[in-house]
Amino acid sequence: MPITAVYPEPVLRRVEVTAPRAAVQVAARPADIKIATEHVSISYGDKVAVRDVSLTVQDRSILALIGPSGSGKSTFLRCFNRMNDLIPGASVKGEVCLDGENVMEADVSVVELRRRVGMVFQRPNPFPMSIYENVAYGPRRRGLNDRRKLNDLVETSLKRAALWDEVKDDLRRKSGLALSGGQQQRLCIARVLATDPEVILMDEPASALDPVSTLRIEELMRELREAYTIVIVTHNMQQAARVSDVTAFFTMADDRAGYLVEVGPTGQIFTRPSEQLTEDYISGRFG
Amino acid sequence: MTANAGSIGRSSGAKPSLKGKASRGSILADRAATVVLWGTGALVLLILGSIILHFAMAAWGVVSLSFILDNPSQTTLGGIMPVLWNSIYMLALTMLIAVPVGLLGGIYMAEYAGDNIVTGAIRFAEESISSVPSIVVGLFGLILFVDDFHWGFTALAGALALTFFNLPLMTRLSEQALRAVPQDERSASLALGATKWQTIRHVVVPLAIPGLITGVILTAGRVFGEAAVLLFTAGIGTPPHYNFMNLDITNPTSPWSPFRPATTLSVYIYKLNSEGLGAFKNQIVDGSAAILISMVLIFNLGARFVGRVLSRKLTAS
Repeated sequence: MPITAVYPEPVLRRVEVTAPRAAVQVAARPADIKIATEHVSISYGDKVAVRDVSLTVQDRSILALIGPSGSGKSTFLRCFNRMNDLIPGASVKGEVCLDGENVMEADVSVVELRRRVGMVFQRPNPFPMSIYENVAYGPRRRGLNDRRKLNDLVETSLKRAALWDEVKDDLRRKSGLALSGGQQQRLCIARVLATDPEVILMDEPASALDPVSTLRIEELMRELREAYTIVIVTHNMQQAARVSDVTAFFTMADDRAGYLVEVGPTGQIFTRPSEQLTEDYISGRFG
Repeated sequence: MTANAGSIGRSSGAKPSLKGKASRGSILADRAATVVLWGTGALVLLILGSIILHFAMAAWGVVSLSFILDNPSQTTLGGIMPVLWNSIYMLALTMLIAVPVGLLGGIYMAEYAGDNIVTGAIRFAEESISSVPSIVVGLFGLILFVDDFHWGFTALAGALALTFFNLPLMTRLSEQALRAVPQDERSASLALGATKWQTIRHVVVPLAIPGLITGVILTAGRVFGEAAVLLFTAGIGTPPHYNFMNLDITNPTSPWSPFRPATTLSVYIYKLNSEGLGAFKNQIVDGSAAILISMVLIFNLGARFVGRVLSRKLTAS
């Protein structure tokens, strides 16, 4: 995958008015599949953290990964943008395909991959820079230095992240760290949007936030779904039920390796799951 | 439940007084710890304060503008301008070499090197060189630069010997400052599609600047104060009258040239104190010491100020 030398025009993907998704088709046409994993297993040294997960994520949909702590949801999420590469001793087997291209291959540029697959972390982690510089960080590293284009891009990204009105008056004066927790997380989302990704990974993005901020993030996710494919890890089952189109339930095997129990339309998983384990979990019997 | 609780604790029924003996020992220990720790802190301040006070009083009436700006004299008090210049010159020259190399070494150790035999050896070498007596480093500089390279006593030989002496500390402190930057910041940058070097350059190093400045200050303090390393490398003679208009750095008579002997303030103090003969010897030593202390203080405060400005510049727009 070659690194594109020229940064595209600072227009984030336009929102296309799509037909409301009354029922999500899990058996989608192949062309609609954004991400597909085939027999993905992840281990840290000898310890298997995730075993043999195969699933697909449809373009412009939200997939929620739920399950008890230690079931490997976050580890699984991090193989989509190869953040597991940063952990010494971690190894990933199987295929993770983005638009049909296996991102696990050795000659894939992780830099380019991470530009297409952005990530929002559990703890809001803005850089200790101005709000403006936080959003401009990704584009700048890509070589975009045109002041006007950067200004436009920062504004568009902050608007899409529903933060513009709150920060537009002190973009350059105020540090990203001076914002509230919920604002910081929306800033982190704006920072990702500025790199023009196709997929956004969210690792428990609201777990450190108060309920009001959480709702704002959820609203934002529903808006972003129109233009982006989102995969979210969450401990909050109501959240998964509220925002996601498809839910995947993970749990731990006897050897503490995480595995996928079942995946299906969110409505179905929460009302009539096919596995007893899923039902026990969502009804609060364990986890 | 209440009956049980009673039987476990004090069956006699005598209620423990709030002023009871049981707590007296621990209260005493607590008070003692407070006194000892405050005392230790006060002692440190007292030592620093009395050093400064002693030289401030000793230098009273000696230090003046002419003492700082004049050349040394055989017959009058004279000044220390050339040696003060040499101290500043040696500081700049040494930092010019040691800071970039130390920073790059620290970046390698913190961001690139894993935990293996090579890095273990580097760490062992850092610690060993740091604990080699400075006079030995001076002798090494004498053999290598002054004799083998035929440089003679030169500022450059002194600066390189000082670099040997300071590089391990600078590298170690840089490494620690870089390691102290939270992993979250690196992840955030990498996840945005920045390369490793971009992450180091634009996030890790700017965030580590306060720690890096501490490294620079400690290194600089050692350069200013160091005498033993320089005795055999940069020379110990009384400096000639410098002509600052001579900007030819290849000319050994120019004060800007690294290829000339450069007696620094601390070496000068050592020389005067051990073999000086003039009538004003003691006043010059006291005055020089006061100037030396002031320079270190000014440098520390200045470095912190620069660090704050730099950190703001690199992280904000």
